[in-house]
Amino acid sequence: MKRLSFARLNEFFAAIAASNALYLPVDNSKGKAEYKKWQEGTEMSRQLNTLRSAKDFFFPQTENLMEFKMDGKSVEVIDTRREAEDFVIFGVRACDAASFKILDSVYLVDPVDSYYKTRREHGVVVTLACARPAETCFCKVFGIDAADPAGDVTAWETDEGLMLRANTEKGEKLLSLTAALLEEGDERAVEAAQEKTREIIEKLPLSSLSTEGLGAGKTAELFDRPEWKALSEACLGCGTCTFVCPTCQCYDVRDFDTGNGIKRFRCWDSCMYSDFTLMAHGNSRNSQVERFRQRFMHKLVYYPDRSGGTFGCVGCGRCLSRCPISMNIVKVMKTLGGKNK
Amino acid sequence: MQELMKKRAIELLADGTCDRVLGWEKGDFAYDQTPALFHTAEELRASFVYNGFSAANLSKYLVKECRAGGKIAVFLKPCDTYSFNQLLAEHRIKREMIYVIGVACDGKADVEKLKDAGIDGITDIREEGECYVVSTIYGDKTVKKAEALAERCLNCKSRKHMAYDELIGESGEVVPNSGRFDMVEQLEAMTPDERYEFWRGELSRCIRCNACRNVCPACTCEQCIFDNPKSGVAQKAAVNSFEENMFHIIRAFHVAGRCTDCGECSRVCPEHIPLHLLNRKFIKDVNSFYGEYQAGEDPAARPPLGRYEKNDIEPGEAGGNRA
Repeated sequence: MKRLSFARLNEFFAAIAASNALYLPVDNSKGKAEYKKWQEGTEMSRQLNTLRSAKDFFFPQTENLMEFKMDGKSVEVIDTRREAEDFVIFGVRACDAASFKILDSVYLVDPVDSYYKTRREHGVVVTLACARPAETCFCKVFGIDAADPAGDVTAWETDEGLMLRANTEKGEKLLSLTAALLEEGDERAVEAAQEKTREIIEKLPLSSLSTEGLGAGKTAELFDRPEWKALSEACLGCGTCTFVCPTCQCYDVRDFDTGNGIKRFRCWDSCMYSDFTLMAHGNSRNSQVERFRQRFMHKLVYYPDRSGGTFGCVGCGRCLSRCPISMNIVKVMKTLGGKNK
Repeated sequence: MQELMKKRAIELLADGTCDRVLGWEKGDFAYDQTPALFHTAEELRASFVYNGFSAANLSKYLVKECRAGGKIAVFLKPCDTYSFNQLLAEHRIKREMIYVIGVACDGKADVEKLKDAGIDGITDIREEGECYVVSTIYGDKTVKKAEALAERCLNCKSRKHMAYDELIGESGEVVPNSGRFDMVEQLEAMTPDERYEFWRGELSRCIRCNACRNVCPACTCEQCIFDNPKSGVAQKAAVNSFEENMFHIIRAFHVAGRCTDCGECSRVCPEHIPLHLLNRKFIKDVNSFYGEYQAGEDPAARPPLGRYEKNDIEPGEAGGNRA
């Protein structure tokens, strides 16, 4: 366990930024936290979490995949990838750190997504334990401990300063860059901070949310439940929940005709959109109730089916805060789950 | 108020005036209400809610409900009745299928304002006179209602219901000096470069979730051109380019003269982009070019952009400050 005095936080960031691009949550003009590149004078946001999730670093909303140049009947395929930069994300919360595991389980299995993999390899994740969780938080429901987040390095804000623990080789390497600023830290300061956080988590209104009746193997029981209709009735079919979600991982691949070639790119897609499953034959999900069901069945049943029971939600609460009509996964779980009635 | 509304809705279901009621359903924390259909007295008793956080404009849902048949009762706030009239004018809803209960509104609260003021861990919110008493896991807080007022309600244009079959609570008056064009004037006073920077800054945060479009009562196309793969402009990529920002400008053009300034676009934007300012610029211009006109005031009125007069303003006369 290492200790950094809060007074030296800026030097700590500078030491990291000397050899890595360092990103951390910063308040934007609307007072909402978003990840920004650190430079001298950048002030870290004091908010609980960023409006958009940290998945953007590994799975950006839009990215170019390749280009094609046509010359008569010949087509040249151009790899547009450049050497990826080494980067560090500081201040990732436990929920978002857990979302990386879910994204890994999709993108790092055969066939491996090399674009994603490269960024994962070049990125170092420094998590920050939560001290003041919100009413919309429910990570505990999915077995995530906001007081002990994963990541290459875990940090805690304690009475004695910022405590840092390296969890991986990458993390050790990162802390070695800042070794001159660090002292040996006392585990007990961390334990005290953790205890406080866990006490708050017990009091959170959604901590008692049950997953009973949901999860792997429940497709047959849940798919035709009549409640889907009322749950999806007010859904606008927008992509807000999908795009702020740290675990939503679907994308669309499109070609952009530049006039003398093609740029092939991918961009986030939303199962809430009318053309999400549009194929040559038409669309297999023609109503909003089907699209809505897909999103929640994916998080609560289909993903657990394929992941040995792990849910596809990390309880970050972004969809609770951002949905224009305040419909969300918690309301779905309460309506369809066994013990929440 | 809520209890009166609930009682009346139960009566309307019982006497056959309607077979379902469109209202707001309570959520987990007092502020997270969802628009919902209520079919029975039990459903209404269990979860119907109306308070300072019942912000959603329910009028657009009537497009879908009118297709489903039957008779629908709906609760509309003054500003929602403008959208209602506009939908009637555009033949998107059928008046005879709808029973409108106008409900008084003294402005809706925006929970983001409470959160921005550092109030977190909210578990419940009670109204006490001019204040909200907010229960949180970190202790109770009291906030003046005025401090929690949603952005759009700060410039409320009208407390008068433009359409209703009955009223619960008082219908007020049109607000003469709402100040809703103040910010538009500030933008007009900017140099083109400053204005460009302002909008690039705001629109660069767009995540192309389409919430603004999907919630908009003026956006009722069967299929939006941006969703139609055959249109050639269908687009899901959110890139920080001027072309991408055009989505919002094109949308504002499309609803020009039809937008009632209900403010739902800005309310639902997850990135807090002040989209209503684009619409207000068009409203202000329509007012100055064609005379005062408020969309949704009178469903029988011919809209200025939908008629031709010999003395209509010529494009060259419209002005605009070029660099």
